[in-house]
Amino acid sequence: MQQIIGFIIRNGLRLLFLLLLGISLWLTISYHSFHRSRFVNSSNLITGYVYSKMTSVTDYFSLREENKRLYEENLLMKNFLLNHKQITDNNQLNLPTLPSREINVVSSKIIENSYRKQKNFLTLKGGTKQGIERDMGVINDKGIVGIIEHTSNNYATVLSVLNTDFQIVAKIKKNNQFGTLTWDGKSTGFVQLIDIARIESIAKGDTIVTGFSSKAFPENVPIGTIDRITIDENSNTSTLHIRLFNDMTRISYVYVIGNTHKEEIQELKERTEDNE
Amino acid sequence: MSSEIIKNAVRFFLLLLMQVIVFNNINLYGYVQTFPYLLFIVLYPVNSSRYGLLLWSFLLGLSMDMFDNSGGIHAASCLILAYFRHNIFKVAFGLSYEYQTIKIQAVSLKDQVVFISISVFIHHFVLFLLEAFSFSLFGYAMLKVLFSGIFTIIFSVLIINLFKMSKK
Repeated sequence: MQQIIGFIIRNGLRLLFLLLLGISLWLTISYHSFHRSRFVNSSNLITGYVYSKMTSVTDYFSLREENKRLYEENLLMKNFLLNHKQITDNNQLNLPTLPSREINVVSSKIIENSYRKQKNFLTLKGGTKQGIERDMGVINDKGIVGIIEHTSNNYATVLSVLNTDFQIVAKIKKNNQFGTLTWDGKSTGFVQLIDIARIESIAKGDTIVTGFSSKAFPENVPIGTIDRITIDENSNTSTLHIRLFNDMTRISYVYVIGNTHKEEIQELKERTEDNE
Repeated sequence: MSSEIIKNAVRFFLLLLMQVIVFNNINLYGYVQTFPYLLFIVLYPVNSSRYGLLLWSFLLGLSMDMFDNSGGIHAASCLILAYFRHNIFKVAFGLSYEYQTIKIQAVSLKDQVVFISISVFIHHFVLFLLEAFSFSLFGYAMLKVLFSGIFTIIFSVLIINLFKMSKK
């Protein structure tokens, strides 16, 4: 016993070093292997506070652009409203009542945006208090942005579409052909739709949207257009390089959308998988 | 002693904030990222407890990882730099050097650059290796170490000497 204590005292510094190194390597490995179980993330109070203070300054530099975007989005909405007569009758808005609110939308703002790494995350202002939960989808007026990863009371981190761990089902709008949307980690303007069967009808410029309603996104959320098609001769499938509608380097205001039926869908899915 | 703790704490927060607010936004051609926050480890008083240095450095790295959403790569590289700082002193200043009383701010510019360069390259080597985490990206990571390292060294030396000047 005395020897053990003596050993610890003599090698205290080395042991402390190895212990701390072990912790940090473990954090690193879990960061690289399963992106879900990360403990150190920027959705906490301190980092959230610093980032929101920073954006409160840097916001002024993009006010003009942001205004233009909002104006364009409003224009679209106005166009839609004025062309639906029954909505604007009696000089007031009578929005059609939805049968059940399946999609829940929360507005939010990006306070930290990273796009230079292989695994990019965004930090949002708004957390569980505002009704933001893990696995909700994040979009803006142009298209998809990412999926909520971690939440705290007032902040949340988003797995960006520019993250090599990002994966959703997407489809070609005109012929409903499904594929997996991923990012190869190279350019911030392009993502890849892989495992597409070789079909002649695919052409440059075709629009890509999200596939069937998933946990994060409803169907038909815009993603981008086909920019380049590469064909893998061995597996006879093609990879579509998609130019994103969004400029991921300058995004600010976003909408967080959640499917209120997602627990039900998940439960059904699990039950079906159990039966197999 | 207590003034030393306060000095350390101030340096810790100033360098961390400067890194997050300014230097994290610098990125040239995907190869150049600068991390002058490691100056905290370089400037940590030589005759202070090495346990303290390890703990402070771990905390610094972990905070960076929080801001950067990068797992534990900063924590690991800061720890390794802190643990081997002792040896870097011997390499940079020679065994005959009375390194118990050195202040990095006070040594000649040449010695400063040598010491900081070794520190920066050790830190960046571990950092970018852990970030890439695959052999296929090894070459890319090494280029990043080289180019980022050069810029971090320049910024670090500048920061040290600017603060020295303002004190005079």
